[in-house]
Amino acid sequence: MLSLTSERRTIWHGVPAGPKLLALLAATVVFFWIEAVLPMLACAAGVAALYLAGGFAFARQGARMLAPILPFVAVILAWHWWTGALAQGVVIVARMAALVALANLVTMTTRLQDMLDRVDGALALLRLPARGRRRLAVAVALVIRFTPVLMEKGRALALAWRARSARRPGWRLVLPFALTALDDADRVADALRARSGGL
Amino acid sequence: MERSLTLIALFAALIAALGLIPKFDLAGGVPITAQSLGVMLAGTLLGARRGALAVLLFLFLVALGLPLLAGGRGGLGVFAGPTVGFLVGFPVAAFVTGWATRAWARAGGARVLTTTLAALLGGVVVLYAFGIVGFAMVTDRSFAASAAIMGVFVPGDVIKAVLAGFITQAVLRARPDLVRG
Repeated sequence: MLSLTSERRTIWHGVPAGPKLLALLAATVVFFWIEAVLPMLACAAGVAALYLAGGFAFARQGARMLAPILPFVAVILAWHWWTGALAQGVVIVARMAALVALANLVTMTTRLQDMLDRVDGALALLRLPARGRRRLAVAVALVIRFTPVLMEKGRALALAWRARSARRPGWRLVLPFALTALDDADRVADALRARSGGL
Repeated sequence: MERSLTLIALFAALIAALGLIPKFDLAGGVPITAQSLGVMLAGTLLGARRGALAVLLFLFLVALGLPLLAGGRGGLGVFAGPTVGFLVGFPVAAFVTGWATRAWARAGGARVLTTTLAALLGGVVVLYAFGIVGFAMVTDRSFAASAAIMGVFVPGDVIKAVLAGFITQAVLRARPDLVRG
């Protein structure tokens, strides 16, 4: 399934999405307010403890999701070591890692449907008309349904290319790929018009 | 209405698919993700408003926790990371690209050229302005230093802008009624 929600149940899965999102917001404000090394490292350790409360395997899964920021961590630390402001570099790196990890924690422990319900609730609070909310819901459902479909068609296009050429498939595939998406959009629009009675 | 909605949704899915299919090798065999190409195409093909909405819908699903960013990344965490500026800049880039595409096409000139220039303005100038400011803010360093680091990726995106020009021309030749929206 196309989702980053962790299959491993933790105590955080039981917490409703709303409070988790509010806590994330509050933590973001606090983390940017902290400027000293030790308090910032304590915050980062606190986030790590939240992961460990979900078990060691869960924490390892969370650590893997931090991998994309590692190159940036290395560059920032090297830069600040070079300019003689290593302490400042440590604060920046710890803040970034803690925030990304905390946000990932919310994502990993909240089901997509719960997130969508929260968004729908927030939009209702903003007095967005039900019609607009339904359009958003349909659009979200279409993207979730059609991303794997388009990926499958992209793979088929790449295979067709390989069957005919010794060279690797390149940017030329983007053209038929885009046409596929546009034509699918037309067909789905017809189907929606025929069945939904107008959106 | 339905057609605009499905175009926006299907293009959001296309942007996702372009980032998730890894084997798009650009010039010189450098594997670069085609995701920002998708953002440029959203502007050149759907126009400013619908293009920006398609990108916003894509980012909305990323924020909700779908791993749709290049390399299968996603979730709220990416909005706290060092590349957040590029994410914020994506819809603006699509909007500016779409606006410039239409404006310059009306002014005349070869369509490939005007579309490429529009993609350069939106997908490189505007996008990197956001990307560099975001990187400078998250990593707390000067704009010049951030620009120097991010500059490494500019050549790849210039190539994508040129490709966007050619692909847009070819798509419009195959589906001329797209512009009428």
